[in-house]
Amino acid sequence: MSDAAAMSDIVDTAPATDRRAGSRERPATLRLEGAVKQAADLCRARMVVLAACFVAAFAIVGGRLVEVMTAPDAPGAVLSDSGMALPAGRADVVDRNGVLLATTLPAASLYAEPRRVLDAAETARALAAVLPGVDLAGLERDLAGDRGFVWIKRGLTPGQQAEIHALGLPGVAFRREGRRVYPQGALTSHLVGFTDIDRRGLAGAERALEADLQARAAEDGAPLALSLDVRFQQVVREELAATIETFKALGGTGIVLDARTGEIMAMVSLPDFDPNRAGEADVDARFNRATLGVYELGSVFKVFTAGMALDAGLVDLASGYDASAPLRVARYTIRDYKPKNRWLSLPEILVYSSNIGAALMALDVGAARQQEFLRRVGLMTPSGVELPEVGQPIYPSTWREINTMTIGFGHGLAVTPIQTASAFAAMVNGGMLHRPTVLRWRSERPPPGTRVISEETSATLRLLTHLVVEYGSGRKARVAEYQIGGKTGTAEKLDPAGGYAEDRLLSSFVAAFPIDDPRYVILVSIDEPQGIEESFGYATGGWTAAPTVGRIISRIGPLAGLAPRGGVLANLPAARGDADERLEAILAAFSAR
Amino acid sequence: MTTFARTDRSVLGRWWWTIDRWTLAVLIVLLLSGVVLVMAASPPVADRIGVDGFHFVRRHVLSLAPAVLAMFAMSLLGPRSVRRVAVLLLLASIALLAITPLVGPEIKGARRWISLGMFSFQASEFVKPALAVVAAWLLAEARRNPAFPGYWLSAALAAAVAGLLVWQPDFGMAATVATIWGGQLFLAGLPFVFVVGLGLLGFAGLAAGYSFMPHVRDRIDRFLDPASGDSYQADTAIRAFESGGLLGRGPGEGVVKDVLPDAHSDFIFAVAGEEFGLLACLLLMAFFAFVALRGFYRMAHERDLFVMLAVAGLLIQFTVQAIVNMGVSLRLLPSTGMTLPFVSYGGSSLLGMSIGMGMMLALTRHRPERGLAP
Repeated sequence: MSDAAAMSDIVDTAPATDRRAGSRERPATLRLEGAVKQAADLCRARMVVLAACFVAAFAIVGGRLVEVMTAPDAPGAVLSDSGMALPAGRADVVDRNGVLLATTLPAASLYAEPRRVLDAAETARALAAVLPGVDLAGLERDLAGDRGFVWIKRGLTPGQQAEIHALGLPGVAFRREGRRVYPQGALTSHLVGFTDIDRRGLAGAERALEADLQARAAEDGAPLALSLDVRFQQVVREELAATIETFKALGGTGIVLDARTGEIMAMVSLPDFDPNRAGEADVDARFNRATLGVYELGSVFKVFTAGMALDAGLVDLASGYDASAPLRVARYTIRDYKPKNRWLSLPEILVYSSNIGAALMALDVGAARQQEFLRRVGLMTPSGVELPEVGQPIYPSTWREINTMTIGFGHGLAVTPIQTASAFAAMVNGGMLHRPTVLRWRSERPPPGTRVISEETSATLRLLTHLVVEYGSGRKARVAEYQIGGKTGTAEKLDPAGGYAEDRLLSSFVAAFPIDDPRYVILVSIDEPQGIEESFGYATGGWTAAPTVGRIISRIGPLAGLAPRGGVLANLPAARGDADERLEAILAAFSAR
Repeated sequence: MTTFARTDRSVLGRWWWTIDRWTLAVLIVLLLSGVVLVMAASPPVADRIGVDGFHFVRRHVLSLAPAVLAMFAMSLLGPRSVRRVAVLLLLASIALLAITPLVGPEIKGARRWISLGMFSFQASEFVKPALAVVAAWLLAEARRNPAFPGYWLSAALAAAVAGLLVWQPDFGMAATVATIWGGQLFLAGLPFVFVVGLGLLGFAGLAAGYSFMPHVRDRIDRFLDPASGDSYQADTAIRAFESGGLLGRGPGEGVVKDVLPDAHSDFIFAVAGEEFGLLACLLLMAFFAFVALRGFYRMAHERDLFVMLAVAGLLIQFTVQAIVNMGVSLRLLPSTGMTLPFVSYGGSSLLGMSIGMGMMLALTRHRPERGLAP
């Protein structure tokens, strides 16, 4: 029995009941049937509306797909018109002194028009004899096909081109293309970046400055000058690599910034890679630790805490905080790495790198002023450097008292090394913040900056950081030729299992020299150094990064033409005796003022 | 090709002759595309987090078996059994949702997962199909029997589920649940005044999410003004599409996936674009559109309001997730964390979606007895 018959049974019997009852009202069952049917009809009609909405949405997605994927500069589009359109030209990249960093060399690329190939097997064999690493079977299949255009190999060497030309094979031909070459190799890998085979920038300056490079090529072909100085870059890379090897570290980063302009003079992230073969590099090597990685940099931040407290007039060289016992806040305990267990003056808090002192100072400043200050010196927003690899700082979404305190000594706020170097520059250069840049600043006058602290605060900070290097945790950075100011930082890395890992450190040192009138800021960060015999098992910033910075300074100082001038700052009170006695005398003079 | 005769009255025989074989075939093709794309997209991701290259591929393939089984088992059921299963599934997943924020580990600032040793799962993926079916039943019942407070019950259920999701917080998922329920309410014959009102309410919900949830605000801001923050992932996805062009770079030839953080899950469509090109992307999109439109077409002769609403609810979930995922990777929408149904890596979303589509297949089967059932 069909369901239609079954339905008619019901429909037929119901009115019969109706008639028998003689009622004017339609029976309840039928009214309901009607209502349900009506509902179903309405539902069906509205389904059409819904389906139409979906069709519209799919059409939008499809349209967008077509729009994005057939963009005129997509390599697929270039290929589809039989390779007639040449990719746009690209200017060279040079360093600040005109040393070539990236250039385009003419190179022939080999393609075939399979329809015109006479004997696919023989052609494939002949080509494979010249081109190493070509898949013979695949090549033969390509050549036997009926396609109009197929690439065989991009970027031939001149020798290969000559040999293939001499073979005189019908159906294969060359197209002149450019191949992007990086003569400095791995030295400039992260900063200059690299392109794909169609010479479109994929990373670094090659990607960030793509439009500029193309426009220059179209105009007069003048090379684009970066702020980088390859000599500085070479020094930083050598010293950083040596330190990483000595301390069996995972990697590290080293930055040299012009303290007056924000120009990046050197920027190294290790491990690095050869941009001429970027495709073979692993992800870790391609990761730019200097601008993309965000890290808790630890006690380096105490300079910022001191800066905000000084600038707000809360402290001076004579004032200090009670660091006699560890601080207990909520369920946290803040202790000092090398506790003095007594009241510490502001210079001592920095010289001995007291977490307790910095935490109490941050508390005095208060969360609101602290956030406002960090925002002002650019530590809460991306660094603004031109590169595409820019990390977003991570800070607590609810800023409790404990956050204020830990951020006071550099924990609980993760930032990129480049913005830390840039903020440190503003602390010591007289108080002007400059956006870090990879482009050469052409004028003699410094670029416009933002005043973030007063001249006096900056002068005090230069004095304090100098004390850190002369008498404190940064002593290993001292060099005979120059006066340096800096601050160490040793942060425990986050443990994947939760909490901090005591044995996995990020050891840093940030410094400026000559500290009486800073020209350069140097930041070095070493990822997971292991203590060695020579360092008595220590892997802290003072033992790993500080000596690295010292060596970098003694090598780049002469390169920059800075006259050597060692010893302590002239404006420090005179003192005699060993280092501890001299520090004591200086501190006594401060409190007497 | 078939091994079943038309006269075969066994369970499998009837299943074969009444199931929508076209939709079934497309769903299986989607599953297989998922395997291919996860194979293409996940090794760089695995490399980045430091596990063996085929870690995700293996896990994805392992989760296929339960997914296919669940879809098949669901598709064997009749409408009434679908309803019962859905009620049980809804109760269970609401209970799990309620404990997730308490016991789940915090990942990227939210607690969405329950960890069960070897693997972890996301209860929210199961609550969506279950709620779609139960809400359909309540709404249909309300239509049949005006005394039954189906509207209010379904509203309370949807609000409770959405509330639990916002608590995790998973705003995108809560918005999906609200969309499914709103769509069903619209189909159930809500007067147009209320439809407009509901739309405004949904808009107010989005505005509230924007005002009170920092990560929602952050994502929307970054979408509206890419310069305001880190739009690395969205930019990179667009580059992947551009680099793919018409025919793609070829399987395994993609390079942008090496630097695309969520290449295997939220942004798998971009990997498809780079390696297989525009035509393959359009085809993949056409598969999703086919499943949706075919489902609605099958409802053209349906009489049972419950079946219509349930099928519509399940299809809305499937389609909205597909469109939103594709829209996000094409930068038409702000980032939401929605997976591409049947294709993205992820056991929970695959299994949840399989259960939903199994129910949809069950409800769109030809039922000779249709019309008699109340």
